[in-house]
Formats: sequence, C-alpha cells, structure tokens
Amino acid sequence: MNFPAELKYSKDHEWVKTIDETTVLVGITDFAQSELGDLVFINLPQPGDEVTAEESFCDVESVKAVSDVMSPCTGVVAEVNGELEDEPQMLNEDPYGAWIAKISDVTAFGELMTAQEYEAFIAK
Amino acid sequence: MKLIFEKGAPGQHLTLLPACDVPEVTLSNARTEPLDLPHVSETELTRHYTALAKRVHGVNDGFYPLGSCTMKYNPKINEDMANLPGFTQIHPLQGEETVQGCLEVLHESEKLLCEVTGMNAMTFQPAAGAHGEFTGLLLIKAYHTHRQDTGRTKIIVPDSAHGTNPASAVMAGYTVVNVPSSPDGCVDVEALRAAVGPDTAGLMLTNPNTVGIFDRNILEITRIVHDAGGLCYYDGANLNAVMGVVRPGDMGFDVIHLNLHKTFSTPHGGGGPGAGAVGCKEFLAQFLPGPMVAKDEKGYHFTVPAHSIGRVKNFCGNFAVVVRALTYVLTLGREGIPEAAKNAVLNANYMMKKLGEKYAMAYAGPCMHEFVMTLVDLKEATGVSAMDIAKGLLDHGIHPPTMYFPLIVHEALMIEPTETESQETMDEVCQVFLDLWDLAHENPQALHDAPTKTPVRRLDEVGAARNPVLRYNAG
Repeated sequence: MNFPAELKYSKDHEWVKTIDETTVLVGITDFAQSELGDLVFINLPQPGDEVTAEESFCDVESVKAVSDVMSPCTGVVAEVNGELEDEPQMLNEDPYGAWIAKISDVTAFGELMTAQEYEAFIAK
Repeated sequence: MKLIFEKGAPGQHLTLLPACDVPEVTLSNARTEPLDLPHVSETELTRHYTALAKRVHGVNDGFYPLGSCTMKYNPKINEDMANLPGFTQIHPLQGEETVQGCLEVLHESEKLLCEVTGMNAMTFQPAAGAHGEFTGLLLIKAYHTHRQDTGRTKIIVPDSAHGTNPASAVMAGYTVVNVPSSPDGCVDVEALRAAVGPDTAGLMLTNPNTVGIFDRNILEITRIVHDAGGLCYYDGANLNAVMGVVRPGDMGFDVIHLNLHKTFSTPHGGGGPGAGAVGCKEFLAQFLPGPMVAKDEKGYHFTVPAHSIGRVKNFCGNFAVVVRALTYVLTLGREGIPEAAKNAVLNANYMMKKLGEKYAMAYAGPCMHEFVMTLVDLKEATGVSAMDIAKGLLDHGIHPPTMYFPLIVHEALMIEPTETESQETMDEVCQVFLDLWDLAHENPQALHDAPTKTPVRRLDEVGAARNPVLRYNAG
C-alpha cells in the first residue's frame, strides 16, 4: 500500500495536501479505499460549505456500506472534484489523484500524522 | 425468462372470475380502453409462476440463516386464520359494530404483545420496522414537546446499531450522536455517560445487540439516559432471543417496535407485507397514532389518543399480518413463547460451537440468537472472502448468512439459524461450511467462481450500482 511522504493523514483515513498556508486538498487514503471496497457513489459537499475538523463533510458508498468522510480541518469548501460523481471508481484506482475537495480559509486541523506514523497506526 | 406480458397470444384467456352477482352499473368516469392484461391460458399462467417460484429460495426451500432477519418457518395455520372470511370479506370503512371480531383481534394482540414486551399500549399501524422506529421516535418527540422541553435535539445510537436507527432519527428531525462499542461489542458505558446531556432526546438500542450479545449493563444504560432526561427506545425488530424470557419494559425501555414479520412468524422478505408494531409505556400512550381499539360494556370501538401524533398509515395498518401474529402467539402460548426463544439461542450456540472448529468468531461465546464470524484470517491466508464463502453456500442450496454486517466486524458472516431448524439440518449445514473452509485452502479459485449451479452466476454488484438499468427492455 502506498502512503506518499508529502501528505498528512488523519486517524479517520483522509489525506491532506498543503497548497498554501490556509488551503489544502483532501481525499481518502489507499487504506480507506481498500477497506471500503469498490466505491459506487459519492455525495460531495457544496462549494461554500463550512466544514469542521473531525466532523463528516461527505459520504461515500460501496457495495458493502455507506461511510462518512470526516473533514481533517476546519475551513470552507472552495472547490469539489465533480468528476468523482460520474466515476467514483477513481477513488479506488488513484486515491491520491482523486482529491475530493479543496478547502480554503483553514483555521484549524484535527490530529494529523506523517506517512510513517499513519502506516504504524493502521498496522495496529 | 420472459415476462408474463410477453407470453401467450391474443385470444388466449382464462375464466377465473365468478359470475357477477350484483347489478351492473355504468360509471360516469368508466375507462374506455380495455385493461392491458396478459393473454395467457390458465395452464400457461400456472407454469409461469411455478417457474418463477423455482428460481427463488425461501424458508420452505432450505436453510436460510440470515442474521438479524429471523427467517423462521411460518406455520400454515397462520394462513388459515388470516384467510377466514370474517377477516377477508370486510371493508375498512364499514361500521365498527359489524367488525367486532376484527377489533377483538387488534385488542387481544395489543394485550398479549404488551405482556411479552412489558409495555402498556401498542399500535399496529406502522408497515414495517423502520416505519415503526420513525413512529416510536415521533412519540419521544411528542413527549418532550408536550412538556415544552424543546432543547432535546439529539438521539444517541451505538455504532453497532442497525443502519435504520440513525436514518429514522434523522427522518424524525434529530441529530444523531454515535457512541462506540466496548471490545466485547456492548455499549461503552463511560462513553454513553459522556454523551448524554440536556440535549439528549433519547437512546436507540438493540439488546441483544447486533453481534448477538446481551448487554449486561442494560439497567445502568437506561438509567443514565433517564437521569439525563431522555427516553429509551428498544429496537425489537428481532425479539427472538428474549421473547417470554426478559422484557424490554423491565430493562427500562419506554418505547419499542416489533417486526411481526421476524419473531412472530408472518411473511418476510421479498413481499411481506410487514408490520412494525410500536409499543410504549403508559405515559406515552396519549401520543400513539389513532385509531386504537378500546373495550367497554357495549363491545369494542375505535378511539383516538388525547394527544395523538396522527395516523402513520391508512386504517389499521397491515391487519391480516396481525391476525397471523396473534395466531402464532396463541399457538405457542405462555410456555411455548419462551421455549421458542430458548431453542433459538440453543441452536445458535450449537452452530457457533461446531463452526468454531475452523472459523474465527468475532466475539467469544456464548451467544444469543445469532453469532458473528470474522473471515479476516481466512482471506489473508487464502484470498477467499466472506463474499466467496457466501456464494459457495448457494451451490449447496443454502441461503447465505448476513454479510459484512455489523460494520464493526471485518469480513463478517452473521448466522441466525432460528428455533425452527432441526439438529440434522444444522449438522448438514455446518458440514458444508467446514468443507468450504477446506476448499478455500485447496482450491480458492473454485470459490471465487461460485456459484455455478444457480440460475444466474455471480452478479456484478459494482456494475449494477454504478450503472443501474432501471427499466426492463423486452427481448
């Protein structure tokens, strides 16, 4: 399984990519997509939505279950990856390319780990 | 397979309708085009539905251990009773004095099922389990609103709950607060204590829970919620482990729903119709949907509770289902009801022990009416998943158990044999499970390819979900 070193990871299995001091890209990790199985639907947030760290801001559906995606930070949804609506399988095929949302005006982060820490976390 | 509408030819017909015995009248808005009915003979009609019936699997075909669903045998006497002309040749709008027997059925069913659950009043209007949950939550809401206690906006649901619980809470206008389970699958009491507060409207709980374990802290759990000013809702969809043994009312619950189509042996799955009866304690009876049935010296009559939340379904719900459930309760009686529950628990433990020879259990036993296996190790060792084992069972004429539920267990298979299976049947089924375990190690590909003997092979669930075809195209 792949965990790029330049990303940060939450215990709810989201990755965070820093764009600038107050803007990040968010997606789900390779581990998350592998646990969820084939994804068939995503319920994206709306641009302009205010999101809170460690609270649900999106949900994804696999043939097994619907799961909440927790926001790793507090901020405002600037942009969403609309392509995922038609092709949710991108989350399985390329979890780090298939970003879910760009979040701006970030004021706080939840607890985040490095790639190494995250790998140790999921190994438990 | 062709649809019935694609069979036959114009001119073919059958004469099942009796001669008209009432004066014919012409309606002002009568249809001008004939009904689009199939043109088939009685022979062809019979063969069509027999062919369809052969392609499905029900409790009458074989073992059906669908955990949390209680696929038990439905005694045929239930059908005989529900088909009595006094129950079938009636109209819901006729005068109550002409349907005293039907009202008595509702009144008796309420009395007996309240006795089983430890409740004081019960409505039979909700059409199924989730509808019952929704109705029960509306009772809780009506209670708080009636007391002008309007700050209670949250319903607490453990993470092992049925998915319908949080969904019903949201439908009823509540925010859902999840509390985690402790390692033994029960409610984490300290987490619950931390979660309750002046905004707690109530708690929704299943006990025994969805992993088949009776929560031994139940009295403390309901006390914590009551002390915070909330009410306790019992998801009694599946009462099979405890009916006649312990009562949710005595555990401290205020509202309950029962799926008559699970525990009380009425038709279930693929058609139903269901019935999600909702029972409550005396102080909530004033909010129940109307009409209810009451009895006085002149007989039975309809009555609407003082602060009723209103109707949740037309008339009295799926009345004929209630007739079947009452038949079941009266057939089993005071001794038979707890005996059925005890046998359901015994059967589950019997299978758990036998399968435990090879399969890993998610929680140590003993279990209640069902148990959960986790196939994580098998998948790691052989690549064979819970899904593959489930598909392998199909080739042996066995309906797969519940898969991938509860969500807190990985590669879960949840088995509920119910009390209506014999030891011989369970022995055969256990042997199939154990053989499949061996097959997984010897020839995993055989299980990836299963099923091979069913009318359709493995279905592309992902393709169906991503590109659903919702319209039937002939040919």
